[in-house]
Amino acid sequence: MKHRESEHAAGPVLRIEKRTQEMRGYMSWGIRAGALIAALLVCAVIIWAIVRINPLRVYAAMFQGSFGTKNKMWVSIRDICMLVCIGVGLAPAFKMRFWNIGAEGQILVGGLAAAACMIYFKNLPTGVLLLMMLPLSAIAGGVWGFVPGVFKAKWNTNETLFTLMMNYIAIQLTAYFVALWENPFGSNTVGVINGITRAGWFPEILGQKYLLNVIIVAVLVVGMYFYLRNSKQGYEIAVVGESENTARYAGIRVPHVVTRTVTISGAICGIAGFLAVAGASHTISTSTAGGKGFTAIIVAWMAKFNTFVMVLIGALLVFLDKGSIEIATQFGLSDHVSKMLTGIILFFVLGSEFFIEYKLHFRAANKEVAK
Amino acid sequence: MKKILAIVLVLCLAFVCAACNTGAPNDDPKVDDPKIDGPGTEAPFKVGVILVHDENSGYDLAHIEGVKAAAAELGLAESQLIFKYNIPEDETCYDTAIDLAEQGCNIIFSDSYGHQSFMMQAAPEYPDIMFVACTGDTAMFQPVDNVANVFPYTFESRYVSGVVAGMKLKELMDEGLVTEPHIGYVGAYPYAEVVSGYTAFFLGIRSIVPEAYMDVQFTNSWYDPIAEAEAANALIARGAVIIGQHADSTGAPGAVEKQREAGKEVYSVGYNVSMLAAAPTAALTSAQNNWVVLYKATLEKALKGEPIPTDYAAGYELDAVMISELGPSCAAGTAEKVAEVIAAIKAGILHVFDTATFTVNGETVASFLAIDTDGDWVGDTGEAIENGIFIESVLRSAPYFSLDIDGITKLN
Repeated sequence: MKHRESEHAAGPVLRIEKRTQEMRGYMSWGIRAGALIAALLVCAVIIWAIVRINPLRVYAAMFQGSFGTKNKMWVSIRDICMLVCIGVGLAPAFKMRFWNIGAEGQILVGGLAAAACMIYFKNLPTGVLLLMMLPLSAIAGGVWGFVPGVFKAKWNTNETLFTLMMNYIAIQLTAYFVALWENPFGSNTVGVINGITRAGWFPEILGQKYLLNVIIVAVLVVGMYFYLRNSKQGYEIAVVGESENTARYAGIRVPHVVTRTVTISGAICGIAGFLAVAGASHTISTSTAGGKGFTAIIVAWMAKFNTFVMVLIGALLVFLDKGSIEIATQFGLSDHVSKMLTGIILFFVLGSEFFIEYKLHFRAANKEVAK
Repeated sequence: MKKILAIVLVLCLAFVCAACNTGAPNDDPKVDDPKIDGPGTEAPFKVGVILVHDENSGYDLAHIEGVKAAAAELGLAESQLIFKYNIPEDETCYDTAIDLAEQGCNIIFSDSYGHQSFMMQAAPEYPDIMFVACTGDTAMFQPVDNVANVFPYTFESRYVSGVVAGMKLKELMDEGLVTEPHIGYVGAYPYAEVVSGYTAFFLGIRSIVPEAYMDVQFTNSWYDPIAEAEAANALIARGAVIIGQHADSTGAPGAVEKQREAGKEVYSVGYNVSMLAAAPTAALTSAQNNWVVLYKATLEKALKGEPIPTDYAAGYELDAVMISELGPSCAAGTAEKVAEVIAAIKAGILHVFDTATFTVNGETVASFLAIDTDGDWVGDTGEAIENGIFIESVLRSAPYFSLDIDGITKLN
């Protein structure tokens, strides 16, 4: 780290300065890892102070609960895939500085399309059915992205509010179809669709129920990485995100790029709905998205839109989620304890970004301590 | 920088040492002695329980206490029970059932209606393990043998809680405080389990006040304190003086108590737990299930290796249902009347759904097919009415009384 000035004169005790140079990769990752360790230490102190249980055993139980057996590992992998898929979907919109808060709705309509195929075409062979469900889910999600995209491009409407409102429409639409498809009658749930025939369920590949989820998401992760990094469209997204005026000056058709990008974003979230319905729950309800559309915002941001890093962040969040169920069972620690731990860990990890973006100067030491 | 690094390292070291030392006394109950064995089995007998909420919900608390008490009576140790809390009614339930199976559970219970289709999904993968979906209704149609449903005769305790409400209503009318015998009911979902419950409650009231009538408002959720409170307020605004409920929160009793503070003459009958804490002056009683009876009967058979019936239900006869302690607002003579009614139910003299006590569209019902086999949700087999009595929860454990009787109006 370079010292750009030496100050001996009396100034404020602490001075915050934005870093002018980007930190080297290993440094910033060191800070993030340090933050995670610090968070685990703070959690450990709190766990011990409140419930007098050895924190290491709590962490071990959390790990056991999320990755402890082969089955648990696959379930966790499935859930990581879901989060990463949505994160990948959000990345292009966010990179363009388009605040797509509507992933929940896009997942739901994608899931609805998938569930409709499973219910109305249950006699088709699963392969054909899946090939039909994938594009239909993407189209449904795409429409949910296209509408706010067009309004933004043409009339510069506020996309945060617009996409948020689209969520409510999707939730009501789902509630309507759940009532239409309910099974048993009056229960207000759809139940497991095609439980006996398994029509439209992801087939086992190499004996693994969730391998197809991994394959689909892996394709999306790699595809989106290179799309954003190496393609012309990816470049256009970056320029529009940095400055619309620059983009216009460079001859980029901004409204066109906005609409196209948001539609792609929605379509991938729609595919996440397809994964949720055909690849995991085999049912549909208003809680099918279950807040994952919002959680994935954290995934996308923390990963700085690097789709490979999203896998790591997704794993951390799933670990916390599954771990919380296990510690409730093993130690009788209620839901609130695990929510507290999750809060502390996210606070530290997100907070560490401050030290990556800014330098701290102390007057006395005249040294940066951020690292 | 170095100093800070040093401090962090020292802290780490101190923490690890502390952790190693202090951890020892609080031993994990799960790593303990493998000596506790179930009778006649090599591996310890293990029971898995999947709960939709945790002990903060009255419904789940009743299940937790029921399993624990049943296990204790059968000599099972706490370490042989594995509870999974806050499991939503989605694929998480399937994942959890598989996880419990892998942990060596011999029998797995789930406590919420919506869990059942995911239990059914897990069952064929572990044919040696018994999957019991409490309050479920589809086990009888499953091609696999290792799924079962259990359900208490909640309609009996609802009838008795209706008698308590009827006594209060009569007192209010005799004193001239109330002129219209108007009852309100906050229901969860409009299907048979709920219909059976509110009809029983209503018939209990009508056994005391024959001219009573009732409005039902559904919330479309098992647990939604705000919606339940709103429904109670809406019913009171329509003129209801007693609010019954088939929903799991204290939303409705809390709202009734507030209306009382504002000067309204209204009372509440709850469900699952005594509502006296939430509504000290409004709560009359609550209909309750005594799950320990059902869990004990099922676990006993599992321990002995006997087959577990696909459907199992029990009521007052085996003390599987009850009502909670009577509140201070109850009418005089309520306790005696309740004891009399319970004795009559136990003796088989009083039948909750006696077709002589209700009509549908002005006519007495003579026949009702309870079981649907072709998936259109209309019963096509299983005559439920015998000798003028609608026999509930015998053809299958989950309730099937779904008649819209005269005197009850569904508001939504």
